[in-house]
Amino acid sequence: MNNITGQDFIYGCSAIGAGLAMIAGIGPGIGQGNAAGQGAAAVGRNPGAKADITSTMLLGQAVAETTGLYGLVVAMILMFVKPFN
Amino acid sequence: MGTMGVTSLPVAFSEADFMIKGLYQFTLFGQELWITTTSVSLLIVSMLLIIFALFARHTLRNAKDVPSGFQNVLELMFEALEKMGESVLGANAPRFLNYISTIFLFILLSNFSGLLGLRNPTADYGVTFLLGLVTFVIIQYQGFKNNGHRHITGLFQPLPVLFPINLIGEFANPLSISLRLFANLLSGVVMMGLWYGMMPIFMKIGIPAVLQIYTDVFSGAIQTYVFCMLSMVYINDKL
Repeated sequence: MNNITGQDFIYGCSAIGAGLAMIAGIGPGIGQGNAAGQGAAAVGRNPGAKADITSTMLLGQAVAETTGLYGLVVAMILMFVKPFN
Repeated sequence: MGTMGVTSLPVAFSEADFMIKGLYQFTLFGQELWITTTSVSLLIVSMLLIIFALFARHTLRNAKDVPSGFQNVLELMFEALEKMGESVLGANAPRFLNYISTIFLFILLSNFSGLLGLRNPTADYGVTFLLGLVTFVIIQYQGFKNNGHRHITGLFQPLPVLFPINLIGEFANPLSISLRLFANLLSGVVMMGLWYGMMPIFMKIGIPAVLQIYTDVFSGAIQTYVFCMLSMVYINDKL
Protein backbone atom coordinates (compact mmCIF):
# COMPACT_ATOMS: atom_id res chain seq x y z
CA MET A 1 0.00 0.00 0.00
CA ASN A 2 3.01 2.28 0.33
CA ASN A 3 3.85 2.49 -3.37
CA ILE A 4 0.75 4.33 -4.58
CA THR A 5 2.07 7.12 -6.78
CA GLY A 6 0.37 10.45 -7.30
CA GLN A 7 -0.59 9.27 -10.78
CA ASP A 8 -2.43 6.22 -9.40
CA PHE A 9 -4.18 8.42 -6.87
CA ILE A 10 -5.38 10.72 -9.66
CA TYR A 11 -6.64 7.73 -11.70
CA GLY A 12 -8.53 6.44 -8.67
CA CYS A 13 -10.09 9.79 -7.92
CA SER A 14 -11.03 10.19 -11.60
CA ALA A 15 -12.81 6.84 -11.51
CA ILE A 16 -14.69 7.84 -8.35
CA GLY A 17 -15.58 11.16 -9.97
CA ALA A 18 -16.85 9.36 -13.07
CA GLY A 19 -19.05 7.19 -10.90
CA LEU A 20 -20.37 10.21 -9.03
CA ALA A 21 -21.07 12.00 -12.33
CA MET A 22 -23.34 9.14 -13.39
CA ILE A 23 -25.65 9.94 -10.45
CA ALA A 24 -27.00 12.41 -13.00
CA GLY A 25 -28.81 9.39 -14.47
CA ILE A 26 -31.42 9.62 -11.71
CA GLY A 27 -32.98 12.79 -13.08
CA PRO A 28 -33.70 11.61 -16.64
CA GLY A 29 -34.94 8.29 -15.24
CA ILE A 30 -37.58 10.03 -13.16
CA GLY A 31 -38.40 12.48 -15.94
CA GLN A 32 -38.74 9.86 -18.66
CA GLY A 33 -40.82 7.62 -16.43
CA ASN A 34 -43.08 10.54 -15.64
CA ALA A 35 -43.46 11.34 -19.35
CA ALA A 36 -44.22 7.68 -20.17
CA GLY A 37 -46.80 7.50 -17.36
CA GLN A 38 -48.52 10.67 -18.53
CA GLY A 39 -48.41 9.33 -22.08
CA ALA A 40 -50.07 6.08 -21.01
CA ALA A 41 -52.76 8.04 -19.15
CA ALA A 42 -53.33 10.23 -22.22
CA VAL A 43 -53.72 7.17 -24.47
CA GLY A 44 -56.18 5.76 -21.95
CA ARG A 45 -58.28 8.91 -22.12
CA ASN A 46 -58.05 9.36 -25.89
CA PRO A 47 -57.00 6.17 -27.73
CA GLY A 48 -57.61 7.82 -31.11
CA ALA A 49 -54.63 10.17 -30.65
CA LYS A 50 -52.17 7.36 -29.89
CA ALA A 51 -49.77 8.20 -32.76
CA ASP A 52 -49.51 11.90 -31.85
CA ILE A 53 -49.11 11.16 -28.16
CA THR A 54 -46.38 8.60 -28.79
CA SER A 55 -44.33 10.89 -31.03
CA THR A 56 -44.68 13.83 -28.62
CA MET A 57 -43.72 11.60 -25.70
CA LEU A 58 -40.62 10.25 -27.48
CA LEU A 59 -39.53 13.77 -28.43
CA GLY A 60 -39.95 15.01 -24.87
CA GLN A 61 -38.13 12.01 -23.46
CA ALA A 62 -35.23 12.47 -25.86
CA VAL A 63 -34.89 16.09 -24.74
CA ALA A 64 -35.23 15.16 -21.06
CA GLU A 65 -32.43 12.64 -21.51
CA THR A 66 -29.94 15.44 -22.17
CA THR A 67 -28.94 16.18 -18.56
CA GLY A 68 -28.12 12.53 -18.00
CA LEU A 69 -26.03 12.51 -21.16
CA TYR A 70 -24.08 15.53 -19.89
CA GLY A 71 -23.23 13.39 -16.87
CA LEU A 72 -22.13 10.62 -19.23
CA VAL A 73 -19.90 13.03 -21.16
CA VAL A 74 -18.28 14.23 -17.92
CA ALA A 75 -17.70 10.63 -16.84
CA MET A 76 -16.21 9.75 -20.23
CA ILE A 77 -13.88 12.76 -20.10
CA LEU A 78 -12.72 11.81 -16.60
CA MET A 79 -12.10 8.19 -17.60
CA PHE A 80 -10.54 8.51 -21.05
CA VAL A 81 -9.39 12.07 -21.72
CA LYS A 82 -7.74 12.25 -18.25
CA PRO A 83 -7.70 16.05 -17.85
CA PHE A 84 -5.94 16.02 -14.45
CA ASN A 85 -2.66 14.37 -15.42
CA MET B 1 -9.96 -11.74 -21.45
CA GLY B 2 -9.13 -14.14 -18.65
CA THR B 3 -6.94 -11.64 -16.84
CA MET B 4 -9.82 -9.21 -16.40
CA GLY B 5 -10.13 -9.56 -12.65
CA VAL B 6 -6.42 -9.04 -11.99
CA THR B 7 -5.44 -6.22 -14.30
CA SER B 8 -5.98 -2.57 -13.54
CA LEU B 9 -8.85 -0.67 -15.13
CA PRO B 10 -7.16 0.89 -18.18
CA VAL B 11 -5.76 -2.48 -19.29
CA ALA B 12 -9.17 -4.12 -18.99
CA PHE B 13 -10.66 -1.34 -21.06
CA SER B 14 -8.00 -1.75 -23.73
CA GLU B 15 -9.82 -4.93 -24.80
CA ALA B 16 -12.80 -2.74 -25.68
CA ASP B 17 -12.51 -0.89 -28.92
CA PHE B 18 -14.50 2.32 -29.09
CA MET B 19 -11.88 5.02 -29.48
CA ILE B 20 -11.32 7.15 -32.56
CA LYS B 21 -8.14 5.91 -34.21
CA GLY B 22 -5.66 7.87 -36.28
CA LEU B 23 -4.89 6.15 -39.56
CA TYR B 24 -2.57 8.56 -41.38
CA GLN B 25 -0.66 11.57 -40.14
CA PHE B 26 0.34 14.58 -42.18
CA THR B 27 1.52 18.11 -41.55
CA LEU B 28 -0.22 21.19 -42.91
CA PHE B 29 1.09 24.73 -42.20
CA GLY B 30 3.15 23.35 -39.32
CA GLN B 31 0.05 21.75 -37.77
CA GLU B 32 -0.06 18.04 -37.06
CA LEU B 33 -3.22 16.58 -38.59
CA TRP B 34 -4.68 13.09 -38.69
CA ILE B 35 -6.91 11.10 -40.99
CA THR B 36 -9.03 9.23 -38.46
CA THR B 37 -11.67 6.52 -38.56
CA THR B 38 -14.23 9.32 -38.43
CA SER B 39 -12.90 10.76 -41.69
CA VAL B 40 -13.19 7.37 -43.39
CA SER B 41 -16.74 6.86 -42.09
CA LEU B 42 -17.68 10.38 -43.20
CA LEU B 43 -16.29 9.68 -46.66
CA ILE B 44 -18.27 6.44 -46.99
CA VAL B 45 -21.47 8.09 -45.71
CA SER B 46 -21.00 11.01 -48.11
CA MET B 47 -20.36 8.66 -51.04
CA LEU B 48 -23.52 6.69 -50.26
CA LEU B 49 -25.51 9.93 -50.08
CA ILE B 50 -24.04 11.18 -53.37
CA ILE B 51 -24.81 7.89 -55.12
CA PHE B 52 -28.34 8.06 -53.72
CA ALA B 53 -28.67 11.66 -54.92
CA LEU B 54 -27.48 10.75 -58.44
CA PHE B 55 -30.00 7.91 -58.64
CA ALA B 56 -32.74 10.21 -57.33
CA ARG B 57 -31.81 12.85 -59.91
CA HIS B 58 -31.88 10.32 -62.71
CA THR B 59 -35.29 9.05 -61.56
CA LEU B 60 -36.81 12.51 -61.19
CA ARG B 61 -35.52 13.58 -64.63
CA ASN B 62 -37.74 10.89 -66.13
CA ALA B 63 -40.56 11.38 -63.59
CA LYS B 64 -43.91 9.92 -64.48
CA ASP B 65 -47.38 11.15 -63.55
CA VAL B 66 -48.19 7.83 -61.98
CA PRO B 67 -45.16 7.10 -59.78
CA SER B 68 -43.78 3.62 -59.41
CA GLY B 69 -40.83 1.96 -57.76
CA PHE B 70 -38.00 4.28 -56.70
CA GLN B 71 -39.97 7.44 -57.53
CA ASN B 72 -42.62 6.33 -55.03
CA VAL B 73 -39.98 6.01 -52.31
CA LEU B 74 -38.56 9.46 -53.11
CA GLU B 75 -41.98 11.11 -53.01
CA LEU B 76 -42.76 9.39 -49.73
CA MET B 77 -39.49 10.61 -48.21
CA PHE B 78 -39.97 14.16 -49.43
CA GLU B 79 -43.55 14.28 -48.17
CA ALA B 80 -42.45 13.08 -44.74
CA LEU B 81 -39.69 15.72 -44.56
CA GLU B 82 -42.06 18.43 -45.80
CA LYS B 83 -44.65 17.47 -43.19
CA MET B 84 -41.99 17.59 -40.46
CA GLY B 85 -40.89 21.06 -41.59
CA GLU B 86 -44.38 22.45 -41.87
CA SER B 87 -45.33 21.20 -38.41
CA VAL B 88 -42.86 23.69 -36.89
CA LEU B 89 -42.08 26.39 -39.46
CA GLY B 90 -45.50 26.60 -41.13
CA ALA B 91 -45.47 28.83 -44.21
CA ASN B 92 -41.71 29.49 -43.87
CA ALA B 93 -40.88 25.80 -44.26
CA PRO B 94 -39.80 25.86 -47.97
CA ARG B 95 -37.01 28.37 -47.21
CA PHE B 96 -35.31 26.10 -44.68
CA LEU B 97 -36.36 22.69 -45.93
CA ASN B 98 -33.25 22.19 -48.08
CA TYR B 99 -30.94 22.62 -45.08
CA ILE B 100 -33.11 20.63 -42.69
CA SER B 101 -33.57 17.77 -45.19
CA THR B 102 -29.86 17.65 -45.90
CA ILE B 103 -28.81 17.39 -42.28
CA PHE B 104 -31.67 14.96 -41.63
CA LEU B 105 -30.46 12.53 -44.31
CA PHE B 106 -26.82 13.02 -43.33
CA ILE B 107 -27.35 12.44 -39.60
CA LEU B 108 -29.70 9.53 -40.23
CA LEU B 109 -27.23 7.75 -42.48
CA SER B 110 -24.36 8.57 -40.11
CA ASN B 111 -26.28 7.03 -37.23
CA PHE B 112 -27.20 3.96 -39.26
CA SER B 113 -23.61 3.53 -40.47
CA GLY B 114 -22.91 1.55 -37.29
CA LEU B 115 -24.83 -1.25 -38.98
CA LEU B 116 -22.19 -1.30 -41.73
CA GLY B 117 -19.48 -1.85 -39.14
CA LEU B 118 -18.24 1.72 -39.24
CA ARG B 119 -17.65 3.89 -36.21
CA ASN B 120 -20.51 6.40 -36.37
CA PRO B 121 -19.22 9.79 -37.56
CA THR B 122 -21.75 11.44 -35.24
CA ALA B 123 -19.99 9.84 -32.26
CA ASP B 124 -17.18 12.36 -32.84
CA TYR B 125 -17.74 15.75 -31.26
CA GLY B 126 -15.96 17.45 -34.16
CA VAL B 127 -18.78 16.42 -36.50
CA THR B 128 -21.80 17.20 -34.32
CA PHE B 129 -20.32 20.50 -33.11
CA LEU B 130 -19.94 21.60 -36.72
CA LEU B 131 -23.58 20.72 -37.38
CA GLY B 132 -24.58 22.73 -34.29
CA LEU B 133 -22.38 25.60 -35.44
CA VAL B 134 -24.03 25.76 -38.86
CA THR B 135 -27.43 25.85 -37.17
CA PHE B 136 -26.14 28.59 -34.85
CA VAL B 137 -25.02 30.70 -37.82
CA ILE B 138 -28.43 30.31 -39.48
CA ILE B 139 -30.20 31.24 -36.23
CA GLN B 140 -28.08 34.37 -35.72
CA TYR B 141 -28.37 35.39 -39.39
CA GLN B 142 -32.15 35.09 -39.26
CA GLY B 143 -32.20 36.99 -35.96
CA PHE B 144 -30.28 39.96 -37.41
CA LYS B 145 -32.19 39.84 -40.68
CA ASN B 146 -35.68 39.76 -39.21
CA ASN B 147 -35.29 41.65 -35.93
CA GLY B 148 -32.42 44.05 -36.73
CA HIS B 149 -31.11 45.86 -33.68
CA ARG B 150 -33.80 44.29 -31.50
CA HIS B 151 -31.86 41.04 -31.81
CA ILE B 152 -29.16 42.66 -29.64
CA THR B 153 -31.33 44.83 -27.42
CA GLY B 154 -33.57 41.81 -26.81
CA LEU B 155 -30.73 40.34 -24.77
CA PHE B 156 -31.18 43.14 -22.21
CA GLN B 157 -34.91 42.71 -22.28
CA PRO B 158 -36.67 42.16 -19.00
CA LEU B 159 -33.80 43.61 -16.96
CA PRO B 160 -30.30 44.70 -18.06
CA VAL B 161 -28.92 42.60 -15.20
CA LEU B 162 -30.07 39.45 -17.03
CA PHE B 163 -27.77 40.12 -20.01
CA PRO B 164 -25.16 37.47 -19.10
CA ILE B 165 -27.82 34.81 -18.63
CA ASN B 166 -29.50 35.68 -21.93
CA LEU B 167 -26.13 35.58 -23.67
CA ILE B 168 -25.33 32.17 -22.22
CA GLY B 169 -28.79 30.99 -23.25
CA GLU B 170 -28.06 32.11 -26.80
CA PHE B 171 -24.74 30.27 -26.99
CA ALA B 172 -26.00 27.19 -25.15
CA ASN B 173 -28.37 26.26 -27.99
CA PRO B 174 -25.81 24.90 -30.49
CA LEU B 175 -23.82 23.32 -27.65
CA SER B 176 -26.83 21.52 -26.21
CA ILE B 177 -28.15 20.15 -29.51
CA SER B 178 -24.71 19.00 -30.64
CA LEU B 179 -23.83 17.47 -27.25
CA ARG B 180 -27.16 15.64 -27.14
CA LEU B 181 -26.57 13.97 -30.50
CA PHE B 182 -22.91 13.26 -29.71
CA ALA B 183 -23.53 11.76 -26.28
CA ASN B 184 -26.36 9.53 -27.49
CA LEU B 185 -24.28 8.06 -30.28
CA LEU B 186 -21.20 7.86 -28.05
CA SER B 187 -23.14 5.87 -25.44
CA GLY B 188 -24.17 3.46 -28.20
CA VAL B 189 -20.61 3.10 -29.50
CA VAL B 190 -19.19 2.61 -26.00
CA MET B 191 -21.83 0.03 -25.12
CA MET B 192 -21.20 -1.95 -28.30
CA GLY B 193 -17.43 -1.67 -27.83
CA LEU B 194 -17.66 -2.96 -24.26
CA TRP B 195 -19.96 -5.77 -25.31
CA TYR B 196 -17.68 -6.92 -28.13
CA GLY B 197 -14.55 -6.48 -26.03
CA MET B 198 -15.50 -7.97 -22.69
CA MET B 199 -18.22 -10.58 -23.20
CA PRO B 200 -17.45 -14.30 -23.64
CA ILE B 201 -17.75 -15.60 -27.20
CA PHE B 202 -21.24 -17.13 -26.91
CA MET B 203 -22.67 -13.73 -25.89
CA LYS B 204 -21.38 -12.21 -29.14
CA ILE B 205 -23.70 -14.27 -31.36
CA GLY B 206 -27.10 -12.77 -32.14
CA ILE B 207 -27.43 -10.56 -29.06
CA PRO B 208 -25.33 -7.65 -30.45
CA ALA B 209 -27.78 -7.41 -33.37
CA VAL B 210 -30.60 -6.54 -30.97
CA LEU B 211 -28.40 -4.01 -29.13
CA GLN B 212 -27.30 -2.50 -32.42
CA ILE B 213 -30.94 -2.11 -33.50
CA TYR B 214 -31.63 -0.23 -30.26
CA THR B 215 -28.53 1.96 -30.11
CA ASP B 216 -28.13 2.79 -33.80
CA VAL B 217 -31.54 2.50 -35.42
CA PHE B 218 -34.06 3.38 -32.68
CA SER B 219 -31.97 5.84 -30.70
CA GLY B 220 -30.32 7.20 -33.84
CA ALA B 221 -33.59 7.86 -35.63
CA ILE B 222 -35.09 9.60 -32.60
CA GLN B 223 -32.00 11.76 -32.11
CA THR B 224 -32.00 12.70 -35.81
CA TYR B 225 -35.61 13.78 -35.49
CA VAL B 226 -34.87 15.70 -32.27
CA PHE B 227 -31.88 17.49 -33.80
CA CYS B 228 -33.89 18.65 -36.82
CA MET B 229 -36.94 19.55 -34.73
CA LEU B 230 -34.92 21.65 -32.27
CA SER B 231 -33.00 23.34 -35.10
CA MET B 232 -36.32 24.35 -36.62
CA VAL B 233 -37.74 25.47 -33.28
CA TYR B 234 -34.71 27.71 -32.66
CA ILE B 235 -34.91 29.12 -36.21
CA ASN B 236 -38.64 29.68 -35.82
CA ASP B 237 -38.01 31.76 -32.68
CA LYS B 238 -36.10 34.29 -34.78
CA LEU B 239 -38.63 34.62 -37.60
